Amino acid sequence: MIDVLIIGSGGAGLTAGLSAKEQNLEVLIVSKSYATSSQTTMAQGGINSALGNVTSDSVELHIKDTIKSSHGISDISMIERVCKNAPNTIEWLDRLGVPFNRTKDNKIAQRGLGGASSKRACYAQDYTGLKILHTLYDSCLRENITIVDEYFLLNLIVEDKIVKGATFLNIRTGQVEQILAKKVVIATGGYGAIYKNYTTNATNSTGDGIASVLRAGGRVSDMEFIQFHPTALKHSSILISESARGEGGYLVNSNGERFIDELLPRDVVSRAIYEQINTFNQDVYLDLRHLGRDRLLKLMPQEVHLCKIHEGIDPADELIPIKPVAHYTMGGIDVNSNLEVNGLKNCYAIGECSNAKIHGANRLGGNSLLEIITLGRFVAKELSKDLRDYSVSDIHLKRDREYIESIFNKDSFDKNFYQLEANLGEKFYKYAGIKRENSQLNILLNKIEDMKSSINNIGIVDKSREYNSNLIEFLQFLNILDIGEIIVKSAIKRDESRGAHHKIDYPKEDNRYLGSFLFWIEDNKLKSQFKGAK
Amino acid sequence: MEILISRGEREQRYRVPFKSVTLLKALYHIKSYQDPTLTFDSNCRSGVCGACAVRINGREVLACSSKIKSGDKIEPLKYHKVLKDLKVERVEKDRLKNSTAWLKVYRKVEVTSKDVELTERQSDCILCSSCYSACPVLEVNPNFIGPFALTRAYRYILDPRENNKKLTIDNIQSNGIWDCTLCGECSAVCPQNIDPKMDILKLRGEASQFGYLDPNFMNLSFNSYNI
Ligand SMILES: Cc1cc2nc3c(=O)[nH]c(=O)nc-3n(C[C@H](O)[C@H](O)[C@H](O)COP(=O)(O)OP(=O)(O)OC[C@H]3O[C@@H](n4cnc5c(N)ncnc54)[C@H](O)[C@@H]3O)c2cc1C
Ligand code: SF4
Ligand code: SF4
Ligand code: FES
Repeated sequence: MIDVLIIGSGGAGLTAGLSAKEQNLEVLIVSKSYATSSQTTMAQGGINSALGNVTSDSVELHIKDTIKSSHGISDISMIERVCKNAPNTIEWLDRLGVPFNRTKDNKIAQRGLGGASSKRACYAQDYTGLKILHTLYDSCLRENITIVDEYFLLNLIVEDKIVKGATFLNIRTGQVEQILAKKVVIATGGYGAIYKNYTTNATNSTGDGIASVLRAGGRVSDMEFIQFHPTALKHSSILISESARGEGGYLVNSNGERFIDELLPRDVVSRAIYEQINTFNQDVYLDLRHLGRDRLLKLMPQEVHLCKIHEGIDPADELIPIKPVAHYTMGGIDVNSNLEVNGLKNCYAIGECSNAKIHGANRLGGNSLLEIITLGRFVAKELSKDLRDYSVSDIHLKRDREYIESIFNKDSFDKNFYQLEANLGEKFYKYAGIKRENSQLNILLNKIEDMKSSINNIGIVDKSREYNSNLIEFLQFLNILDIGEIIVKSAIKRDESRGAHHKIDYPKEDNRYLGSFLFWIEDNKLKSQFKGAK
Repeated sequence: MEILISRGEREQRYRVPFKSVTLLKALYHIKSYQDPTLTFDSNCRSGVCGACAVRINGREVLACSSKIKSGDKIEPLKYHKVLKDLKVERVEKDRLKNSTAWLKVYRKVEVTSKDVELTERQSDCILCSSCYSACPVLEVNPNFIGPFALTRAYRYILDPRENNKKLTIDNIQSNGIWDCTLCGECSAVCPQNIDPKMDILKLRGEASQFGYLDPNFMNLSFNSYNI
């Protein structure tokens, strides 16, 4: 048994790996993709820390802004931990060699993002996530940490609620293998890909880790809280970073009128855009022309490039057509203050897959990168406690081998799951999107239940063992169905509007819902419970 | 339009119902609605995860960031083991370990905007391996550390926080900076406009400050002396 198995090699996973190694633990990082292909590379805007390098700031203000944005359902002690440690986090990254931009007096440069009362986001041009992740990766190579690529997590190995490892599909060979460990860390990212074609997220953000925790009897919470980003390119849903508005970009409608303060929190801005598009039949654009070509190329070269390729326009001369799409999933694996998964032992969750109750009903831009690094470092301290070997039955491995075999053996199906997935993505955007209604959520729930009951009608066409991406995408789709059901059920239960969750018939916050809906599986049934906020 | 996709020993023709489309979108369309066995890699759709590099008509590109036209021929990257169709086995981990491209010994110094600008381009690298596939040296010397790993070494050497430049310089001598022919193919294909050729040239300059000489040049003078 190795000491620590980390599943996922995004920013959260690599940080935990490096930090566990600093504690002299034996670590293995396993991921379905290459580390440097993780979604963390996509983060552009920045990482928050109240350094006050550009405008005056304080940790207290950072805490206050984060609490405000969470709309009452966060854990204030967790927010305090993350915000207080933020300066340390930046220093740690700086020591690894992250090339943060600098101010004229050689301090780390910071920019303003929505909902922040000061310029607080440290950045590396508009490649903040890319440069952080690659620096973490280089550091992992330096520390000789083993990173195993292209292993797909199937199930956690659990006996008496104790997690002892996990089963994986080795994508290259098609074999099911198990990796046993004294402690397991899940760092598998969010579930935004459910909103297929209506999300800024990477295609592999399918919530696999969250689904595996559910199957293992652990709890998930706040799954209905999904942040919509106001400015994705209209035709490709590719993100145009908030820094475009932070640097002074305007939002205008077809008449060329501005209709909202661009720097309000994302949920408010997204709803205003949604209203322009759906109620007033307007197109909505991001206008950066007044910033001038030179400044655009210096501050947002990536954005300029993306507009050209995916929208065919030059933002220095033209308006950028946009729409709001799913961007960040606040809900996830329910963890306690030590980041241990609620309902399981020796298993931890960090990063976007985890609900450490920092973002609550709405995440602030720049707080996610902060969370993944800060809590990735924090979890390592927990991992070194009480390490011991366990005996493990081989029944788990057998069961999952048979399961994969059964997928290969299934031949008669008449539905194309890719089509179902695209269809589901559109329905999620419409019915479980920016504005929700119970009648529509119920239609969506029926749809999901229909799909789940006809699972025998879908399957894989590719029967080869080696590198079968048809199989991987199928397994991801099954995870999406499990998670999708919970998003919708949770959204139906919450008859109020709070942060990113907005119900037309209940437009106000209602104190009866000041807390989280938890879901878990017990005796093969999905159970739920409401738990008041701390 | 119709495109031709390399599938191991053979090629397969696919028709896609688009007039103007990125290659990645076309590949997904084929996989979802025509042939689920077609295999390729991607993740971000936006040119930052480096997963989707392939060749269109022999030229390395990112599938997510390149439009296609009828008749285009799509192939996997060169000098990589092809796992299936367009999916190759990446070698970046080994190459980066060889070049030891990381901060060796940190020292606390002021970093200026100028310092950051110096390596801004180099640190834009998304490890897509396009440059590696374009590099002719790899055809004859599979152990060549290769362009992206050398560019990354240079990025850390220029970092003012690095207190042991020499160690990195030492590690890129054999199968490294002197094996490059300075042909510039790597720079021509890089989707991030990085210029590994120039970086290698500059690395040679740095190396000579530490007393290293061009071994080709030494061989040459040695030979002529023999004559
Ligand atoms: C376009 C975009 C821009 C953003 N900009 C910002 C920003 O400016 N500031 C900010 O703070 N946040 C930003 N975010 C959010 C932030 O980037 C993410 O929340 C964060 O990077 C998540 O990191 P992670 O390590 O938890 O997950 P990820 O980076 O998603 O990594 C997940 C890892 O788990 C692996 N994995 C998943 N499933 C499995 C499985 N079944 N088996 C094995 N491995 C698996 C994946 O391969 C991957 O390695 C942005 C997000 C997007 C999409
Ligand atoms: S310039 Fe050097 S590294 Fe670049 S392709 Fe040519 S030989 Fe290879
Ligand atoms: S240097 Fe350019 S071509 Fe080479 S791996 Fe990096 S981004 Fe790709
Ligand atoms: S899909 Fe990420 S670079 Fe193309």
